[in-house]
Amino acid sequence: MGHTVTVTVNGTSYSREIEPTLLLVEFLRETLALTGTHVGCDTSQCGACTVLVDGRATKACTMLAVQADGATVVTVEGLAKNGDLHPIQRAFAKEHGLQCGFCTPGLMITAVDFLERNASPSDAEIRHAIEGNLCRCTGYHNIVNAIRTASAEMRQAASGEAKIAAEVQP
Amino acid sequence: MTVAANPKYIGTRVARKEDPRLITGEGTFTDDVMLQGVAYMTLVRSPHAHARIRRIDTAAAKKEPGVVAVLTGTDLEATGMLPVFIAVPGMNGSKHMPIATDKARYAGDAVAAVVADSRDAAKRAADLIAVDYEPLPVVVDATKALEPGAPIVHEELGSNLVFTYPVKGGDIDKAFKDAEIKVTQRIVNQRLIPNAMEPRAVAAKFEAGELTLWTTTQIPHFVQLIVALNLGLGQNKVRVIAPEVGGGFGSKLQVYAEELLVGYLSKTLGRPVKWTEERREGYLATIHGRDLVENVEIAAKKDGTILGLRIRTVANVGAYLQAFAPGIPTILHAFIIPGPYKIPAFDVEVRGAYTNTTPVDAYRGAGRPEATFAMERIIDRLADEIGMDPAELRRKNFIPPDAFPFNTISGITYDSGDYEPALDRALAMADYKGFEKRRAEAKARGNYRGIGISTYVEICGLAPSKANSALGVGWGGYESARIRVHATGSVQVFTGTSPHGQGHETSWAQIAADALGVSPNDIEVRHGDTFESPGMGVGTFGSRSLAVGGIAVHKAAEKVREKVVQIGAHLLEASPADVVVENGKVFVKGVPEKAKNFGDISMAAYLANNLPDGMEPGLEATVYYDPPNFTFPFGTHIAEVEIDGETGNVRIERYSACDDCGRQINPMIVDGQLHGGIAQGIGQALYEGAVYDDNGQLLSGSMMEYHVPSAEDIPMFNLDHTVTLTNTNPLGVKGIGEAGTIGSTPAAVNAVIDALSPLGIKHIDMPLGSEKIWRAIRAAGEGRR
Repeated sequence: MGHTVTVTVNGTSYSREIEPTLLLVEFLRETLALTGTHVGCDTSQCGACTVLVDGRATKACTMLAVQADGATVVTVEGLAKNGDLHPIQRAFAKEHGLQCGFCTPGLMITAVDFLERNASPSDAEIRHAIEGNLCRCTGYHNIVNAIRTASAEMRQAASGEAKIAAEVQP
Repeated sequence: MTVAANPKYIGTRVARKEDPRLITGEGTFTDDVMLQGVAYMTLVRSPHAHARIRRIDTAAAKKEPGVVAVLTGTDLEATGMLPVFIAVPGMNGSKHMPIATDKARYAGDAVAAVVADSRDAAKRAADLIAVDYEPLPVVVDATKALEPGAPIVHEELGSNLVFTYPVKGGDIDKAFKDAEIKVTQRIVNQRLIPNAMEPRAVAAKFEAGELTLWTTTQIPHFVQLIVALNLGLGQNKVRVIAPEVGGGFGSKLQVYAEELLVGYLSKTLGRPVKWTEERREGYLATIHGRDLVENVEIAAKKDGTILGLRIRTVANVGAYLQAFAPGIPTILHAFIIPGPYKIPAFDVEVRGAYTNTTPVDAYRGAGRPEATFAMERIIDRLADEIGMDPAELRRKNFIPPDAFPFNTISGITYDSGDYEPALDRALAMADYKGFEKRRAEAKARGNYRGIGISTYVEICGLAPSKANSALGVGWGGYESARIRVHATGSVQVFTGTSPHGQGHETSWAQIAADALGVSPNDIEVRHGDTFESPGMGVGTFGSRSLAVGGIAVHKAAEKVREKVVQIGAHLLEASPADVVVENGKVFVKGVPEKAKNFGDISMAAYLANNLPDGMEPGLEATVYYDPPNFTFPFGTHIAEVEIDGETGNVRIERYSACDDCGRQINPMIVDGQLHGGIAQGIGQALYEGAVYDDNGQLLSGSMMEYHVPSAEDIPMFNLDHTVTLTNTNPLGVKGIGEAGTIGSTPAAVNAVIDALSPLGIKHIDMPLGSEKIWRAIRAAGEGRR
């Protein structure tokens, strides 16, 4: 004990005294009871534990909670805003991009970070972006469709916002 | 009127009811269950594949701070043995305790349990347990295990032979005597590690004489039954809950040691106990799949007519028999080998062998992928030998559509089938006719391109109970459903199936909605809680849930509908024959304006002051449905691959499949099941394989060494369907959970071998990784130097 960390998770700041060996994923799941982030392996292969740390998709099993001191973390529980689902969440449901749902939070988080950096990806780019997130149920087909669908929706929303912004210009 | 004749929701892409909680992180998986005052269990596992346990010193572990209990096998014999639910004739069953007492029989066999206040304390204490092992000679290979002088895994059995299982029909000697051509091929289905993305976990609490146990299972009712029997509790005092379950694929189709141990420890220690598997631990201690070697011989005429098939199989069951293990290389494999073909003579013998390896049981397809792989490889070998187009050779031997119901040479009866349309559609989707041009173009690039076909028939349903019993299955093949309409009209469906990704909440709601004339949105489907279920449920495996459990839901809904009609007729003062139930309304045919709401009817059922004479109050029905036969889906899968001439790397460039699972309830879910199955089958063909060294150490011991396919390894899929209904059940449904896995492995391998056939290559054992292909190309005298 004796290590106090302050982490902003899904917009709320938490200060907790923790063991220095505690992994970020354990901090989220067990200290904060945010169990939407899952643990699927112990070798950082599967990506089920992926969360956004300061905007970058990060496997939360590869990081100690003390390393996240001062960081801003977003988990699957923080994707929806004011009850409105994030486009990636809507797209996963629409395209049947999930079956058992265990890998889904990590995949959606990886996709959110990816689409921030590549708004108009090819299927090959999508597949490359998610190759660190394993799914055993879907064969990835509908996950690729979901990420493509989300990107189209996000582009449309962005251009709509740009249009509105242009219209309100004096 | 049968609802199936004019469905409104059945056959449509209804959005999944499961998704809202799963995309927001609100789903509760077993490891998410947080119990006040919980203690954590860790198991000490043998590092040796075969070793006598001389002594276990737990003194230091017991002194470790935070330790609650340290127990060895002799302390835990009260948990009883782990169950096996299938007994084939002459089977040599193994004694399987949750914690080994005399010796460890595979690397990963549990030898001690530690319970502590924290996971870290439990692990620290586990490291302090000193086990004095006497290492014994090890046998890993099943064929070697059956040779004289092999190390014996269970000394009391006298040998490693588990069973010898023959399936014969026709005159095999005549077939081979009359043959104009014979082809022999050794076929290996390598051992696979299931890798459901959610590791196993168990949590339990014992309060007021009642045990509540959360577990990652496909069969909560079997877990309830065995935990109750083994721990001496009434079944009414054991509540097993399978909450969200993160994939299973057969690996959660067990009653595992950890379920008995966590249940027992929470009861005896008087505090909640939890165990969560680590992935590397799971590689050792969760069942593996496949692992059988076959010698396949086919007898045929030069025009391609198949005369007979002779197969000798050795199946590796691992160190102990698991729950369904004896049925997989036997019932689910041998009977279905003939697939879609007329085969006049058939002679199969399967021997099972114990080895010092992780136990082997059901992995998606469970016996049927192995059967289809053997058949589809030998068909391609035969086509190659006689110089016939593989598609036409298949077509020539298909069972014709007017032959159904068809009694196979292996002794089962196919319900329905029409194999040529599925083949033709798949060939068209794959542009089979245009392939040689693409092969030539690839050659110009220095690459090898191939196309591979697989046509399959699978066996689903795993019922009726009497047939199961005759085959040695020690439990019925039925499924249960209860539908409860509350006074306000809200509908709950309770099912004995236990989905873990298959979307039963959605499909069952569609089925019930069509019968009850309400929307699927107004129906809640509940599953996986033995205290909520209709009583006994069998569970979700073997692509049985729809053809058995879905039909139970349909039948229960029909019963409720009948009562709704009776009450409606009474209230509307009409004849039941004239009453229509649709869109949440109940009215007399032609008079929709004078409708009663569905909720008026349910309220009347519970007010019970104005019901037809003699009618029982309430509105619910329970059904245990036991089908009259299995169902037999079928289809054709075609893979097209290109192999890099320089590296041997295989890429699937195109994948086309036409599957027939009878009537589809939700086509979106059907396609999703196929996608995942195909990817797993491609995994076996190209990437996956468990590797042991001669000492029984699992070299592919984590996701770092075992290649679970990623998104970059798998192509997009082109899917189509034909619909051939079955008469086995009133909805005409068959099952789709495993078809993808069954169809894809031989399609992919046939494509790779086709690509390499210009080099004279006839067969390569899976997985067809780049190194193996590169070596084969080099050995054939090609490839760049």
